[in-house]
Amino acid sequence: MERLEFIAQRTLKGIVVLLGIVVLNFLLIRLAPGDPAAVMAGEAGASDELFLQQLRQQFGLDRPLLEQLWAYVANILSFDFGFSYRQQRPVVDLLAERLPPTLLLTGTAFVLSLAAGVTLGVMAARRAGRWSDSAITVVALFFYATPLFWVGLMGVLLFSVTLGWLPAFGMGSVGVKLGGVERVIDVGRHLVLPALTLTLFHMAVYARMTRASMLEVRDQDFVRTARAKGVGEGEILRRHVLRNAILPVVTIAGMKAGYLLGGSIVVETVFAWPGIGRLAYEAVLQRDYNVLLGVFLVTSALVIAVNLATDVIYSLVDPRIELGA
Amino acid sequence: MPSIHPLRAVAAGILLAASAALWPALAQAPAPAPARGGTMNIIISPEPPTLMLGINQTTPAAIVGGKIYESLLRYDFDLKPMPGLAKSWSVSPDGLTYTFKLQEGVKWHDGTPFTADDVVFSAKTYLTAVHPRSRPIFQRAETITAPDPLTVVFKLKGPFAPFLMAWEPSTAPIVPRHIYEGTDFRTNPANAKPIGTGPFKLKEWVRGSHIHLVRNDDYWQKGKPYLDEIYYRVLPDASARTVAMETGQTHLSAFADIETFEVPRLKAMPHLEMTTKGYEYLAQIVWLDFNLRAKPLDDRRFRQAVYHAIDRNFLRDRVWFGLGKPATGPIHSSIPHYDANVPKYAFDPKKAEALLDEMGLKRGADGVRARITMDQLPYGDVYVRAGEYIRQALGRVGIQVTLRSADVATWGDRVRNWDYEMTLQVLSQLGHPALGVSRLYVSSNIRKGVLFSNVNGYSNPRIDALFDKAAVSADAGEAQKMYTEIQKILVEDVPVAWLLELEFPTFIDKRFRNVVTSAIGVRDGFADAYMQR
Repeated sequence: MERLEFIAQRTLKGIVVLLGIVVLNFLLIRLAPGDPAAVMAGEAGASDELFLQQLRQQFGLDRPLLEQLWAYVANILSFDFGFSYRQQRPVVDLLAERLPPTLLLTGTAFVLSLAAGVTLGVMAARRAGRWSDSAITVVALFFYATPLFWVGLMGVLLFSVTLGWLPAFGMGSVGVKLGGVERVIDVGRHLVLPALTLTLFHMAVYARMTRASMLEVRDQDFVRTARAKGVGEGEILRRHVLRNAILPVVTIAGMKAGYLLGGSIVVETVFAWPGIGRLAYEAVLQRDYNVLLGVFLVTSALVIAVNLATDVIYSLVDPRIELGA
Repeated sequence: MPSIHPLRAVAAGILLAASAALWPALAQAPAPAPARGGTMNIIISPEPPTLMLGINQTTPAAIVGGKIYESLLRYDFDLKPMPGLAKSWSVSPDGLTYTFKLQEGVKWHDGTPFTADDVVFSAKTYLTAVHPRSRPIFQRAETITAPDPLTVVFKLKGPFAPFLMAWEPSTAPIVPRHIYEGTDFRTNPANAKPIGTGPFKLKEWVRGSHIHLVRNDDYWQKGKPYLDEIYYRVLPDASARTVAMETGQTHLSAFADIETFEVPRLKAMPHLEMTTKGYEYLAQIVWLDFNLRAKPLDDRRFRQAVYHAIDRNFLRDRVWFGLGKPATGPIHSSIPHYDANVPKYAFDPKKAEALLDEMGLKRGADGVRARITMDQLPYGDVYVRAGEYIRQALGRVGIQVTLRSADVATWGDRVRNWDYEMTLQVLSQLGHPALGVSRLYVSSNIRKGVLFSNVNGYSNPRIDALFDKAAVSADAGEAQKMYTEIQKILVEDVPVAWLLELEFPTFIDKRFRNVVTSAIGVRDGFADAYMQR
């Protein structure tokens, strides 16, 4: 019951934060030079005031800023994200199309990087100071220090161009009819390279964090006590060390959710993955305000939700932590 | 790359003007008769915002939309009109009346017959309402009428020489009257499900992934198109695009899809063919724009010095990797009005220094004569590199250039509001100086807040008068004399420094034939393209 109350309270707070984000984003994007009408007029290669006026009027850009802001917020409250005149579609449709691919990509990368990172961290901690510990650290740091696009391109060169094992781009084969299971396999094959690229990058942080945290916990009194009581090393590791060492990793994982969405822009571009990151990037360049604000809103909501989930998970992992305290 | 001798091309143009279908056969090596079938995968980048050419004229929209929508005419590589939706056309001797006879048996993609009323509606109502480039053209018409369902007559208020150059799909797409009449053109749902008369229809558009076009079985050219399907693959990353062409996953790339430094490598691949044809209508020139309101750019000698200090051959060879042709003046050499005898500026840094000395701009203790800020053109890496070269080249003659970078929207805002000193610009000449050149130099087009107008503030009454007269002259010889004089005056004045006539590499998988068959190249309908078995 306490937990439900906590979740309800945090959700309410989250909505207030979201509204603040909406207002801030609305004002920030309008501080940038250029507007969608000017961009579209520029693309038309045309010199024509009437065209600019028509577009501004249609986008509502000719109205006072506060009036525009008020209209936007009012629409958001009724779940109307507006219309992209540039793409001739409601923003909600664009988001609905582009969000699932991003969630699939970042979700896979999130799970894989967490699993691989924690595993590597545990392995490194158990062999602390030995050569395999150093090897794990070097590999992890190598991928952390290498730009995402480069890792992605090298993956394409090796696995697509040279070996021909995996597709180089897209989220599925285009122009072939595939049944349910075949479609899943097809998307899976397309997912391998982009998801691995993201995983290799994010894995390093979890590995380092797990290793450091394990080493710290390993030397604490309760571990020594357990060992003195004759508990087996495997069980000590699982029940006493890892369970305590994992807490900071959970915190970092929660915080990283936002970065994962951000990092996906690069990977989505390299692999032509039809996700929300690319939608946002193009919307920035084109000053497609409604699309951009829609993307910001959805990603902010996701980050807030993940943070809430992190707090709840925290209390589940560590009973000492009281929710709402 | 197979090419044709210019004389042969002219002869062929005269002989085959009426039978456009045979023309492409000359552009490529002899091949067996076209066969039905085949799927073409084509790179598209960036993704077009919409395929409705009336409300969006970006290149990607024109590339895909050009398969769906058609216009009355097409243009051969010498910019001579060929039949499109119009079977034939005639101009009255006074240059005021244009009569188009339309093709028979043309249907819209929804099955409704296409008639002259659609053309009248498109030109008179639709395009003048939403299309910024064609509005000024069609507003010159006194009346636009359809005496019968297959005839359209335009009576102009005064002669307008480039009138016949306006009829390609992204300048004057013909739209269905029964869908658009009485609706809000910009939000009509048909904009998302385009209905044209073209050889291909939109089947599916998965945003961020691909656009799927299928053969229009009711196309008015019986037996065409040959291809069954076209997939446009959205590939935002330049390296991914190169890989896609290299591995045969896509069959066609165009414009700036392939980075200039990758061109020599792809050119050598046995399964690919490269052509630079099909960009004649666009005829793009890159130039260095000077804000004439700023000192010392207002001094002609300074601009001449800058022009002499830049090695255009170096730009072509090292920045554009051999693609393009040094520009010599305001009119692109593929436009018939270009005059090759107008004096040219040589690369001559000594002369540049002499001009600067003459102006009294002596080198200071730090070797600098003048300081200029240059806004980088944010159209891709190649322009960034060009800007870096210009900084170096001008540095050598004592002009210190500071480069300023921004995104397209910000750059556009600065330039259209005259908040710049120097910048690169690139623009299309649209087949005729009155459509694509005069807009940059006539003083009536100095309009703050409007991009691609006369942003640098050049004002010369003689140039104004010549451009005005040439555009409405019904006598081609007279008009040419005026265009020659315009070129002489502008080259002497250097209101901007013309650097390079752009050439774009189009890579085509060799199995596909008759792909580039007109002056609008990959933006054309592909009715003749076929896959060799």
